Amino acid sequence: MNVKITASPHVRSADSTVKIMWSVVISLIPVMAASIYFFGPSAILVLLASSAGCLLTERLFGSRPGSLADGSAIITGLLLGLTLPPGFPLWMAFLGGGFGMAFGKIIYGGLGQNIFNPALVGRAFLQAAFPVAITTWPAKSQNWWTLQGDNFALPFMSPVVDTATSATPLGNMKFGDDPVITPVLDLFLGTTGGSLGETSALLILIGGLYLAWRGHLNWHIPLSIFVSTFVVSGLFFALGISQFPPLFMLFSGGMMLGAFYMATDMVTSPITNRGCWLFGFGIGFLVVVIRIWGGLPEGVMYAILLMNALVPFINRATQPRLFGTSGKKKKEAGS
Amino acid sequence: MKGLLSFKHGVHPPENKDITAGIASRRFPFPKEIILPLSQHIGVPARALVKPGDRVERGDVIAEAAGFVSSAVHASAAGTVKSIELWPHPNGSMVPSIRITVDPNSTQMRRPRIVPRWEDVKAEDLSKEIGRAGIVGLGGAAFPSHVKLTPPKDQPIDILLMNGCECEPYLTSDHRTMLEQPENVYEGIRIALKALGITRAVIGIEANKPDAIEIMQKMAPDDLDITIQPLQVKYPQGAEKMLIKAVTGREVPSGALPSAIGALVQNVATAANVATAFETGQPLIERIITITGRGIRKPGNWVIPFGTKLRDVIEHCGGLTDDAAEIVFGGPMMGQGQANLDVPILKATGGILVLSKDECKRQDIMPCIRCGKCLDACPVFLNPQLMGALAKAERYEELESEANLKDCMLCGCCSFVCPSNIPLSQLFAMSRTQMRRLATS
Repeated sequence: MNVKITASPHVRSADSTVKIMWSVVISLIPVMAASIYFFGPSAILVLLASSAGCLLTERLFGSRPGSLADGSAIITGLLLGLTLPPGFPLWMAFLGGGFGMAFGKIIYGGLGQNIFNPALVGRAFLQAAFPVAITTWPAKSQNWWTLQGDNFALPFMSPVVDTATSATPLGNMKFGDDPVITPVLDLFLGTTGGSLGETSALLILIGGLYLAWRGHLNWHIPLSIFVSTFVVSGLFFALGISQFPPLFMLFSGGMMLGAFYMATDMVTSPITNRGCWLFGFGIGFLVVVIRIWGGLPEGVMYAILLMNALVPFINRATQPRLFGTSGKKKKEAGS
Repeated sequence: MKGLLSFKHGVHPPENKDITAGIASRRFPFPKEIILPLSQHIGVPARALVKPGDRVERGDVIAEAAGFVSSAVHASAAGTVKSIELWPHPNGSMVPSIRITVDPNSTQMRRPRIVPRWEDVKAEDLSKEIGRAGIVGLGGAAFPSHVKLTPPKDQPIDILLMNGCECEPYLTSDHRTMLEQPENVYEGIRIALKALGITRAVIGIEANKPDAIEIMQKMAPDDLDITIQPLQVKYPQGAEKMLIKAVTGREVPSGALPSAIGALVQNVATAANVATAFETGQPLIERIITITGRGIRKPGNWVIPFGTKLRDVIEHCGGLTDDAAEIVFGGPMMGQGQANLDVPILKATGGILVLSKDECKRQDIMPCIRCGKCLDACPVFLNPQLMGALAKAERYEELESEANLKDCMLCGCCSFVCPSNIPLSQLFAMSRTQMRRLATS
């Protein structure tokens, strides 16, 4: 008989990091299916391109052998893809995935070491590098199978096809000549324009609740984001400072995807529940501020990245109260 | 389950107590040889009183307490002292131990020992009698009971908490003790109350032992101010601090003993053995031990003489199954893995757990993803994530000053929940050893 000798505890919970990662991927299936339903083959292509960028970069530069199998790279790829417009050139999506992975994660030391959410780093890079392409929202084509926009644009060439564009609810609201508030129900179900995964709040909610139920998502984060967005935007709306009604704020743009999938990235969010509340409140506040006063229609990405940077400080400030102490800094107790 | 008293955080490992909970304890046969280490307790090792060639009867004192925090050792079987030598101890070290060749022709009658009626003993002398019987805490730590029952004069005790939680999965020895010897448990409670000069006692029992709760309630004497308190099933409910918190709402101050807030915790099996010692004169030479796990062919609860070798226990319990993978003294959360079949059973051994391959599967260690599950599990509100990082970096000073390593009970909750399988509590135990080594070098 081969006897193992290990340190206690000798039993472990069935949870594993790999399982957590893959259940995030599974929870994204409804959202991805909806984006394919709304935007046709373009959605598949963009998701594939951004994921390919991430997986290839992880394969080439990731330090741990077998790190592709843990599912973290594919999550980054899919999440990045979901933040992109359906007609986005594939080479850009691929490049964004690679950049996000390399400079958002691997450069810090790989899984668990990064400060910023890699998918958002990739998107921030694309926003800075290709501001036009990332804000070009093609009008929905007549046939499901036709491509949206210009997926096959060649690198560094101007678009070959002129596409008709449409405005997103947030862009319309902010820059439209005649601001129209898109009905909240349309936002909720996802029959509006926008990035792949930004359209259906309902499906993201389902995926997020599934993860929260499995214990793979800290529900304090989305809840605090929603509460703070609602309260802060409601305050500004009531004071007549902003024309965005609070419910519109909640269900438009990248709010749902950001709150459930980006902000809750375990690596880049605070480790204590109290910290998560602070983190979420900060994100909600920044989203509202950026949306109302910023130069961009959408602020979720920058709000989360900014708060990511504060996480180490939040962690330090929200250390748990040690059992048997008042919570203040403990002096050499007892002896 | 909800609404029952408990503490915050903790974990829910699979209980697996049904393997042995329903099996009444039986007497284990006397082995050919017994090995009695001189340190089976916390404190100074006992001093041997016998020499090779000496004949000892069952129950004879063979080693005396060598200090205040120390405990006597008694022969658990009649026979001849073969030698006093270094022998493998379940904690992994080699410890001076008394080897006794058991007399196969002996009837193993105990040598009568004259003990006073506890009712006639003065309160302050009770602990001395308990010390003479070599009784230590049977919950696992093996702290000498006579020391525990003499708390510092400036910290008056007002409540006695009887620990019937048995929160370690698999183990059922305390459960069987309550079912089989409830009157002994109550007698032990009376003795402890008298020694402490108090009247109030609470028995905390996890709700997964309804039969024990029922029998303890039925047998509760009317003249005692006693409450049987069912508690939520949650590990580590049986840790002293957690039990006190659950029952009284009080938190033992960091770095202090329970006596600082007027509480004293005693295991139910300890109480039962105190009662036996006064009633029959039998010192602590045997106890109920659970032999369990899916790696042993015939699990059960046995009254086993201390010093019986692991090898003999396994053999008598049908041997190991083909997929047995790990042998543990104690429960799966805090028990010690065993490498040597010659290690003896000690006073503190509440169970022997043989885990099958399926029960102790281990996955690869992944990087920490800062999920925070360890913080939500830690019953004393530490930050195991931070501690793990500091321990790996060998930043011991910060580990103590910033991360409060001293307050860690090594209960294993953080390691249990970690999805990345980081051996957190092992890192903490190693850090402590390392720090001690640095401090003495």
